[in-house]
Amino acid sequence: MHILEGQGVTKLFGGLAAVSNVDFHVDQGEIVGQIGPNGAGKTTLFNLISAALPFSSGEIRFKGQKLNGLKPNQICQKGVARTFQQTKIFADMPVFQNVLVGASFGTPNRLSQADAAREASQKLEFVGLSAMSATLVKDLTLVNQKRVEVARALATKPELLLLDELMAGLNPTEVSEAMELVRKIRDEGITIFMVEHVMKAIMGICGRVMVLHHGEKIAEGTPQEISCNKQVIEIYLGEEAHAGS
Amino acid sequence: MDITRFIPTNRKLLLVGLLILIIFLTTFPLYSKEYYIRLMAIIFMYIVLAVSWAMFSGPTGYMSLAPAAFFGVGVYTAALLYQLKGPLLPLPAIIVVGSLASFTLAFLTGLVTLRLKGIYFAIFSFGLVVFLKELINYLEIHVSKVGGRHISYVSNTTVFYILLGICVATLLTAYFIRRSRLGLAMQSIGGNEEAAAHMGVNTTRVKILTFAISAVFMGAAGATTAPRLVYIDPGLAFNVTYSFIPILMAVFGGMGTLYGPVIGAAVFAYTEIRLRQQYPYYYMLTWGIILIIIIFFLPAGLAGLIPKLRDRLGGPISKLRKGGEAEEHAHT
Amino acid sequence: MTGTILRIVVSGLLNGSIYALVAMGLSLQYGVAQVLNIAHGEFIMLGALTTWTLYTGFGINPLLSVAISGPLLFVIGFVLHRTLFTSLKNRSPSPAALEGNSLLVSFGLMFIIQNIAILRWSALGKSYKYLDTAVWVAGTAFRVNRLVALAVAIGVGVTFYLFLTRSRPGKAIRAAAGDPATAGLMGVNINRVLPLCFGLGAFLAGLAGLLISMCYTGSTPFMGLSNTVIALIVVVLGGLGSIPGSFIGGLILGLIGSIVSNWDTALVVVAFYAIFMILLLIRPVGIFGKK
Repeated sequence: MHILEGQGVTKLFGGLAAVSNVDFHVDQGEIVGQIGPNGAGKTTLFNLISAALPFSSGEIRFKGQKLNGLKPNQICQKGVARTFQQTKIFADMPVFQNVLVGASFGTPNRLSQADAAREASQKLEFVGLSAMSATLVKDLTLVNQKRVEVARALATKPELLLLDELMAGLNPTEVSEAMELVRKIRDEGITIFMVEHVMKAIMGICGRVMVLHHGEKIAEGTPQEISCNKQVIEIYLGEEAHAGS
Repeated sequence: MDITRFIPTNRKLLLVGLLILIIFLTTFPLYSKEYYIRLMAIIFMYIVLAVSWAMFSGPTGYMSLAPAAFFGVGVYTAALLYQLKGPLLPLPAIIVVGSLASFTLAFLTGLVTLRLKGIYFAIFSFGLVVFLKELINYLEIHVSKVGGRHISYVSNTTVFYILLGICVATLLTAYFIRRSRLGLAMQSIGGNEEAAAHMGVNTTRVKILTFAISAVFMGAAGATTAPRLVYIDPGLAFNVTYSFIPILMAVFGGMGTLYGPVIGAAVFAYTEIRLRQQYPYYYMLTWGIILIIIIFFLPAGLAGLIPKLRDRLGGPISKLRKGGEAEEHAHT
Repeated sequence: MTGTILRIVVSGLLNGSIYALVAMGLSLQYGVAQVLNIAHGEFIMLGALTTWTLYTGFGINPLLSVAISGPLLFVIGFVLHRTLFTSLKNRSPSPAALEGNSLLVSFGLMFIIQNIAILRWSALGKSYKYLDTAVWVAGTAFRVNRLVALAVAIGVGVTFYLFLTRSRPGKAIRAAAGDPATAGLMGVNINRVLPLCFGLGAFLAGLAGLLISMCYTGSTPFMGLSNTVIALIVVVLGGLGSIPGSFIGGLILGLIGSIVSNWDTALVVVAFYAIFMILLLIRPVGIFGKK
């Protein structure tokens, strides 16, 4: 059984299909990437999984259970956590409190206040932010804010983590560090499904990649296979290959 | 001789201060004139309204314009049950009934509007006061055929003590909510509601619960204040001014803190009583201007100034204390 | 029988078109200028009382006095937005904070305007008689002033509705009402359009106030509040962010109010709130709102 599985997933905005009849799956322990030009529907797909948006049609199942109709907080408690393309941190709260929210409300079984605090500390250490526990998140650099988002999501004890453009806005060193972090997360037994534009990351850590374009899945395979796929090169990688990135 | 050992820590100072304050307030009516007892009771009433408003609207950012509605429910419950010709229930029971009525109203209102975007909630909370006034006016005229109601007399001292009690209850509740899971959930909603939901917070339930709890105290305050109004009709009970003044007080004092609304309430309640007789329309005008000025220049209220003050004043005292600590280390 | 129906329809359209003007103004202010102006009713009140002063004090015909009170209220609205709300927009860290702050600011404004009015006009009701003669249509008597007000309100309302739906600047305004940020990116001069729309909203409110003072007695500085609440109900009914929706919603509510009023006048307000609550329960986006 796939840990995450979608069939015929469609999302319409008026007449426009942001996601069109997409079938996909993610298996336990994998790191799967989603790539595609801007507006291809990648974040929309994440929004459908996490119930940030309602379906138009189709079905998504997590560990065999239908996610259709559930609310975001319920999906989180089932074991699916996510980060956001535009970081949705709790800006005026300290770093520790941000992560504490995840530990206090998102876990499958409710934790006591002491256990939640312990969990939050652990996750902060995991991402390397222990020294900044008391700092207000709005005073952090972008890369550290993203670390907070990851720690917060991890604090909910997920089995599946959705990372939405984690690397966006990071310099090459920060990208490498982030890639290390993602590998570390996978080593903890968490399955990862990530949207990315930074090719270095996709090629470096994803075991499998799916390509979306105009809301449809046009290709799927290993990073090697995708980078050789003619259609993909034309539509997406081609421009970047020419640009030399 | 290490004199720094005698400089008290912040916490001890606070507790001692509170203790003195409590003793002062509880014995206040014994040695004060009626006028001042009444004044203090009104200050307590406004503290309750301001703190309970800030309890919900502070952390979540959902601006409720409904305090007057819940206050009015309390007032009118008392008007119905504490009649001049013979109270149907003793005053404490009436206060409980008034609180429950406000709770129920807030719960139902929240159930309908808090699952929608914040703007619907604001609109509905604003309209609620007018709605209740019109509805009860209609019922009184057509069903009970009564114009206004007269209430039994209650002494200033009794009202003082009851309001003091409600005030303490409100402050304690606000304090414990802030430190609890519920408080954390509310802050996360205020920080980013979508993210909060994605981290497992049942945002609708949290909002409704806190909103309803805050209404309890507003209703209690209303039911207790009613006897002092002596004569009550829907227009007097449901008055938008009772929404405006607590909001002004909380924003002025700082709606993000516990003590901010208390300071704001004390300041404005005192000036309101003094100004109401002399300049009834000028002072409301001025307060509207003050509210706008505060939102622009001091959005965190007076409480927002305190960290800055502490930095300025902290210098000499902390130097002294650091010197003492260094000595202690030298001796061990 | 036809007389009663005619009376109900005329009364419904009169009130409804006044509601429509007020609601369109409010919708402009919320949709485009991003301010939920709960002081909106105070502009209605200013319109009514200014008209009274101009007529009883200076003998200026109410219909003509709009040339004075209209621009006056437009300017007040424009200046208020340009000074207060634009500044608030620049200071607010997020749209949610802006919404909350501007709500509180307009709440303060409500008390400021109301109290200035009390100081200027006192708390007593003001009335005047203009075109108070009766005219007979289909065997029923109607006052000329009400028919004239109806004509003006419908005329202005329909013109504005067509302007919004048919003309280019109108469509630009509706686009801005749906998505102000994108409109700004598309070349709409936000710094001018926002205060302009706010001022236009104030103008519409003032005009409505003028018409109300013409048809009804007893304008007081306190008349704003209930008008604001009705306007809010209409805006929700029509759909938040849809200005044409406010027009239709106003007419519907006016007609419903007139029908209920025929049965029991005091129940009208209660009926409005009942509609409001049902609306929030089953279709909060309103008639023309988008989900």
